Amino acid sequence: MIDPPSLECSGLAYAYPDGHQALFGVDLTVQRGERVALLGPNGAGKTTLVLHLNGILTGGLGRVRVGGLDLGKDTVQEIRRRVGVVFQDPDDQLFMPRVRDDVAFGPANLGLRGPELEARVTRALEQVGMAEHADRPPHHLSFGQRRRVAVATVLAMEPEILVLDEPSSNLDPASRRELADIVLGLDVTVLMVTHDLPYALELCPRAAVLSGGVVVADGPTREILCDDALMTAHRLELPYGFDPARVPAR
Amino acid sequence: MGQGHLHRLHRPGDTVIHRLPPQTKLVALFAFVVLVVLTPREAFWAFGAYALLLTAVVALAEIPSRVVARRALVEVPFVLFAVLLPFVTPGPEVEVLGLSLSTEGLLGAWNILAKATLGVVASIVLAATTEPRSLLLGLERLRLPSMLVQIASFMLRYADVILGEMERMRVARESRGFHARHLGQARVLAQSAGALFIRAYERGERVHLAMLSRGYTGTMPVLDSVGATTREWTTALVLPAAALVVAASAWVVTR
Ligand SMILES: Nc1ncnc2c1ncn2[C@@H]1O[C@H](COP(=O)(O)OP(=O)(O)OP(=O)(O)O)[C@@H](O)[C@H]1O
Ligand SMILES: [Mg+2]
Repeated sequence: MIDPPSLECSGLAYAYPDGHQALFGVDLTVQRGERVALLGPNGAGKTTLVLHLNGILTGGLGRVRVGGLDLGKDTVQEIRRRVGVVFQDPDDQLFMPRVRDDVAFGPANLGLRGPELEARVTRALEQVGMAEHADRPPHHLSFGQRRRVAVATVLAMEPEILVLDEPSSNLDPASRRELADIVLGLDVTVLMVTHDLPYALELCPRAAVLSGGVVVADGPTREILCDDALMTAHRLELPYGFDPARVPAR
Repeated sequence: MGQGHLHRLHRPGDTVIHRLPPQTKLVALFAFVVLVVLTPREAFWAFGAYALLLTAVVALAEIPSRVVARRALVEVPFVLFAVLLPFVTPGPEVEVLGLSLSTEGLLGAWNILAKATLGVVASIVLAATTEPRSLLLGLERLRLPSMLVQIASFMLRYADVILGEMERMRVARESRGFHARHLGQARVLAQSAGALFIRAYERGERVHLAMLSRGYTGTMPVLDSVGATTREWTTALVLPAAALVVAASAWVVTR
């Protein structure tokens, strides 16, 4: 039996309450174990799409399936367990007075308690190399450490798919690389929203380009980054001197 | 982001007082303060006895007295108010150092000063020996409505973030040549305060989204239960018990 895809969106359309339409029919399928980069200019609708994946925004057209389960009113709790969203600003994600409590928040909401909960928390913190900081308050950590703890808070829920919104923003090069190593070491499906094109190439074999609320391209990351016409048409620019054709494959 | 001001009150340590479960300390503090407030103001000796009791606790907690003194400065506004009382209260007067002061006012001032000082010092001991986080656990344990505990815990978490935002806005203002020198500039400050409020509000919305994404349904999972043994309760309640003896004698004597 083949596994159902980790994520299937079809025909997702959404307009914000003020009337501004952000998504115009998004189709995107991510197979289990894939790592996909979601690229696109500012205002393309990437964050809006992410908020649909775990049922925070609903009410538009189209549907979302996660690991074969349809997102609906009575499945939303389970979908939120399956889709682990790491938001851009770790200060939004880490709201408890202590790192350990924050990582425990998600699994505790799923009903875990006692040693089982403890084990989840420890494991998730170990996965991001933050186990020794478990008892510190989040605001005493560096930005990079907070971002890693934010990833741990989501890993503790053992998600089907990890969704990262701008994971490399505001990280220094070393923290950026450490986070890449962590993501590469995880055995989980990843959808990564990013403006950092070299990072997308390094981490994700496949990329989808969202522009004007629709997916305009979807394919191997290197091919997409080398397609000059596509890149210019959607305001995607490589950093100075970066040539995706010459970067060795991982 | 440095140490938040909320966290600076706590002095890590490992004394009997530090080790007591937070809820026992909260109850002890509350009972002590209530007894002090109920003590008749004419029973001067009783306040001396309370002060001795507190001094013993401060010593047990190994808090240097200069720290207590420095932190007790929050009391200053009350002290000023108390100092005014003898001058403004009508009624019989006494001569002190050539000034004629109202007896009623003097007693009133003494009442405020003595009780406020005792209350402040007792709170300082609690704050110095209890981590803010375990204070919250203690409140939760004492069945404070969970919404209040949640609000307090967000304050604890975000005080630094908001102070940081405030600081960045100040730097941004001043980098563009703004100095708050006269009242005419209050408008700019008011606008900054408005912007700060909106930022805090939007942050609250984003945090709520993040919470929903991790399965939040309105109640905070209780993560740690800090149980207290009978022995710990007994230890913590020594202070209010002793205070009760003092208060009871004061009531009997002044009757
Ligand atoms: N709460 C909102 N109300 C109304 N319109 C919104 C809201 N949030 C976003 N939009 C609009 O929806 C569109 C898509 O926004 P979205 O935040 O999804 O873009 P994005 O691709 O994440 O951009 P960025 O790369 O800057 O993060 C934008 O035009 C934006 O102005
Ligand atoms: Mg965005």
